[in-house]
Amino acid sequence: MKSKLTFLLGLIWVAGTHLAGAQTSGLRLPKTVQAGTPFSIQSAGSGKAVLYIVGPAQVLRRDVQLGETISLAAGDLHNAGHYTVILVGGSSTEDGAFDVTAAQPAALSLIAKPSRLPVDLHGGISGVAYIFDTFQNLVLQPSHVSFQLAGVAGAPQTRTVLTQNGVAWTKMNSASKEGAAQFVARVGNIADTRVIQQVPGDPCSLRMNVRASGQRLAIETEPVRDCSGNAVPDGTIVTFTEIYNGGEATVDVPLKRGVARTEMPAYEGATISVATGVVMGNEVRWGKE
Amino acid sequence: MTSGRLLAFVIALATVVLIVAGTFGQVQSVLAKAGAGSGTDLLRSPSSPQAAVENLADEIARRDWDTAYSNLGNKSEFTETDFIRDLSGSYSSLRSHASLDSFDVRPQHASADDAQVRLNLRWSTVVGMFLDTRDLRVARTGDRWAVMWPIVKEPRVPPQVIPVNYLRWDVIYRGSEDDWGAQDVESPHVRIVDMHPVDRGGGVVILGELLNEDVVPAFVTVKATLLAKDESAIATEDSFDKISHILLPRQVTPFLIEFHNVALSQVDSVHMQPSSTLIAASADPVVEIEDQQLNLGPQPTLSGKLLNQSGQVVNVAHVLGTFYDNSGQLIWVSDGYVERALLPETPVSFAVSVPPDIASKVKSERAVTTTYSSNRFQ
Repeated sequence: MKSKLTFLLGLIWVAGTHLAGAQTSGLRLPKTVQAGTPFSIQSAGSGKAVLYIVGPAQVLRRDVQLGETISLAAGDLHNAGHYTVILVGGSSTEDGAFDVTAAQPAALSLIAKPSRLPVDLHGGISGVAYIFDTFQNLVLQPSHVSFQLAGVAGAPQTRTVLTQNGVAWTKMNSASKEGAAQFVARVGNIADTRVIQQVPGDPCSLRMNVRASGQRLAIETEPVRDCSGNAVPDGTIVTFTEIYNGGEATVDVPLKRGVARTEMPAYEGATISVATGVVMGNEVRWGKE
Repeated sequence: MTSGRLLAFVIALATVVLIVAGTFGQVQSVLAKAGAGSGTDLLRSPSSPQAAVENLADEIARRDWDTAYSNLGNKSEFTETDFIRDLSGSYSSLRSHASLDSFDVRPQHASADDAQVRLNLRWSTVVGMFLDTRDLRVARTGDRWAVMWPIVKEPRVPPQVIPVNYLRWDVIYRGSEDDWGAQDVESPHVRIVDMHPVDRGGGVVILGELLNEDVVPAFVTVKATLLAKDESAIATEDSFDKISHILLPRQVTPFLIEFHNVALSQVDSVHMQPSSTLIAASADPVVEIEDQQLNLGPQPTLSGKLLNQSGQVVNVAHVLGTFYDNSGQLIWVSDGYVERALLPETPVSFAVSVPPDIASKVKSERAVTTTYSSNRFQ
């Protein structure tokens, strides 16, 4: 694409050099044009000429009659950026430039990170919104973006941010209650939504109970919760360790329905401890001291 | 003309010699590959206890179960199927897919009609070698010696129903049709909670522990890069199988990364790269590790028993031992595989070797296990 464009510009330059001295006069161009809108270019002089409009990812070529108004229809130019206009007439070449700006906001893309985080994390969620027009041009004109994070409980958090160079960003806190939160960015009636999973944090006050079960010990934790009272999800590994005279037994048990339960050998005087990750729970000494 | 006939005769003779040598050599090679050592070994008469045991080992190497069983002196005590299951396992396991790499025979005691011989069978598997030691009684019957095989009958699990609250995680990843801003599912958050570089055996060893601090299962690896003073990379290695790759939420795995031929004095810093990928996984089976003991001696081991608390057969179990000194610092990580399948509620012994100089410093240890079941992922 780039080489083709270079070749085309080279051709234009050669044509312009060969036709130098042809009768043309000034071009009248708009300074800015909104993407996708119709506009016109006024030429002067007489005779036939060729008009080239070269811009980002787009080149137009038109055979024109000098002295007439050259009209470009809606949608002819839809990529925002800086455009160069070259009018190659019978004996001379004229050039000029104009800018195509983005149209009205038509789409919004929200990047929210992370998609999963622990509850009660201050500034843990970042949201970045990009505003685009209908042609996927980044809308550089400042716009107010409203961010809203609504969880399963409590009042939603709201921030309104002015875009800078087409981008607006903010940070939000995760809620104290677990669950999926809707993170919405909105400009006018355009919105984009992401789902943020707020998950329980580290377990708090991990406790277990031990009782005899035949020749073995039945060990079961109390329902495992984080410091905000959220139930730690099933599948979380709880490690039971039993240290007895000259030996040790361990077992990694996943939480199921909120509790971890297992059986271990029964030894008089054994010490049984419980942990999950780097969080320690209580310790139980079994049998006689 | 005469010299030409002579040359033709010499060439023909040489050709015949080479064909014979090649054929004979090939036979020798095949026999050696079969574990026989040489062709004459196959024809050895069991005229001594040692020869009888060697013959048996040769037959085991060739998986010639019929001959091996028929030559046993105590075959009336068990069936050939029991004998095959003893050596190959009843359920699919490392043992089922192992081949006998080598063996050695050590006479322990002998009288005119009776002998005690130790047979060390070294089996080769995809995860390394394992040693199977059998103390055999060899009895004389006429001019022949016959091996009394000490059968180890693998327990059979009686038909039953074991209820399991099945728990697994499934993952829906980002699709190609999704908006470019749509985030993919977040990779699990993992954290290295301990790490020590150690100068050992002419190389550097990185020891550490990794925690899955997320609420989803993770497939984890740890890579380490040793950096020199000028920040150039000396070497990069990863933990390979000295780690438990599947970490459930809040689970901790030890890891060990070895760098050969690098001195710790060359290393200025270590760049650690833990990586995690969200995977579909199951929370079962649960395996209890009981009777863990550090056995000191010339060849220290961490031994214990694995007890599969779930209702599913575990085909391969990998045990990782983490060792701490009296200040609670991690000083070594070692691992081993269990060659027999873990049947529900049936203890299976394991032993993981520990370097003797490390064993003397160990104050406490922790064992973890990862399992593989052929009829289910994980």
